[in-house]
Amino acid sequence: MTAFTIEPVREQRAEVRHVPLSRVVNVELRKMFDTRTGFWLMSSIVITGLLTMVATIAFAPDADLTYYTFAKAIGFPMTVVLPMIAILSITGEWSQRSGLTTFTLVPHRSRIIRAKAISSVAVGVAAMLFAFVIGAIGNLVGTAIAGITPVWDVSFAEGANIVLGSLLCLLTGTMLGMLIRSSAGALVAYFVYALLLPTVAGILASSQEWFRDLQPWVDLNYAQAALFNGSLTGEQWANLAVTAATWLVLPAVVGLRLVMKSEVK
Amino acid sequence: MITIDSLSKKYRSTTVVDDISFVAPAGRVTGFLGPNGAGKSTSMRMMVGLTAPTSGSATISGRRFADLPNPGVEVGVMLDASAQHRGRTGREILTIAQQMMGLHSRRVAEMLELVSLTETEANRRVGNYSLGMRQRLGIATALIGDPAVLILDEPANGLDPAGIRWMRDLLRDYADRGGTVLLSSHLLREIEVIADDIVMIGNGRIVSQGSKTELLQAAGTVVRAADMHALRRALDASGVETTVPGDGTLRTDADSTRVGRVALEAGVALTELRTADGGLEDMFLELTADTQRERKVA
Repeated sequence: MTAFTIEPVREQRAEVRHVPLSRVVNVELRKMFDTRTGFWLMSSIVITGLLTMVATIAFAPDADLTYYTFAKAIGFPMTVVLPMIAILSITGEWSQRSGLTTFTLVPHRSRIIRAKAISSVAVGVAAMLFAFVIGAIGNLVGTAIAGITPVWDVSFAEGANIVLGSLLCLLTGTMLGMLIRSSAGALVAYFVYALLLPTVAGILASSQEWFRDLQPWVDLNYAQAALFNGSLTGEQWANLAVTAATWLVLPAVVGLRLVMKSEVK
Repeated sequence: MITIDSLSKKYRSTTVVDDISFVAPAGRVTGFLGPNGAGKSTSMRMMVGLTAPTSGSATISGRRFADLPNPGVEVGVMLDASAQHRGRTGREILTIAQQMMGLHSRRVAEMLELVSLTETEANRRVGNYSLGMRQRLGIATALIGDPAVLILDEPANGLDPAGIRWMRDLLRDYADRGGTVLLSSHLLREIEVIADDIVMIGNGRIVSQGSKTELLQAAGTVVRAADMHALRRALDASGVETTVPGDGTLRTDADSTRVGRVALEAGVALTELRTADGGLEDMFLELTADTQRERKVA
């Protein structure tokens, strides 16, 4: 029979302490790694980072062998992987239905979402720091092989811009996850958003005069790209603020409302 | 204790849960019985704050679920054992719950032992679990915080007879130690063996509620004697109305105590005296008749 050795059940505990946000963040962080998908997504950051470093050393012409080249090359695959991590962290609760447990253990969905956003950003920052370190190693090794002096052409401000650009990509994933709440749907939407839209916008800008002047104010990808190309002018910051408000903040607010109201089946 | 007060849920024009009120007291197993689609799951989802009620309230020990500071250590919930990330191992799912509630890590191993999941099984991904194993894992997740209240939706689903027996003993013991258990089922037999109190729901409304003994008593009494004529005369004389079902017994709405006393006074030796079964079942079948696909044969 059952060996049930727990104390008599109490109707009410003397003191039950609130679940602190830090604990929710830690658990959400753990949940990003503990599935096969999550593990390989995280691993792919490391693997692609190292592969790009090797490829840059092997194929970049000597003249381009600068820290900026490395940082940009290694950062690129991350801007693809990080949003996927952010998306799956949110959509898994619906697509895998684990939300039934998550939202009863913490019956405040905005808290869960906040924790997921914080842990996603933490992963994003860690990944970018990793990219900078790998980039530095690549720069040292690559220039040593080529027999030239290493060039450190990324200022702290430019580095911060690159991190910000990557985090905007990642938060786009968070936003799409909230808005769509289905893994497949949100991933497709992200690729349409990140790969298809810029192409369409590019074609439109090259053929339509009126769109060319408008693009910086309506195209988040375009405004965001400036972050990866050095420092921004005041107008470029304004472009970024306007497009991010329209394409990131506004849909995120709508998405959060949907998350709060939607049924977790 | 779970208190449900005039709870209702409407989706546009359809009313899924229609003004239900009941109390699941501590120390007892309350069975929430109803056919599929009667509103059991929606009611339970409202109790744990997953679905917002249109009106009314559900409180646990006097507080709304959303107001509980650490719900997992106060209310154990299992709404759907299959609602877990298929890629996580059973152990990982328990570990997540243990960490979220801020419990000691040894609770994970304790719970695995309690629900008889072996080391190997615990390290397998839930996608490969049978329904019975998922139910056991779900029970473990519900119990890991050592809560005072349990809310379980169809916990016996997918369990084999031994598993149902195990579940019954577990919940019995839990209630005997002062815990509150609310469990739902669409199977009358299941509820009959596990529950102390029964709340029967159909089309979103409560159609019957009370202790199991009361509800069974309401079905009447079956009595049999060696001398059926004498028995019938005695009962008629005492004003106890009887019917003859045709299987050699008498059936009456009077309770068994009264029937026994009448027989004793008349000196009639009884060969059988028991509560009629089927009262609850008849009610349940009537309830399900509208939604059943099978047509009545007779």
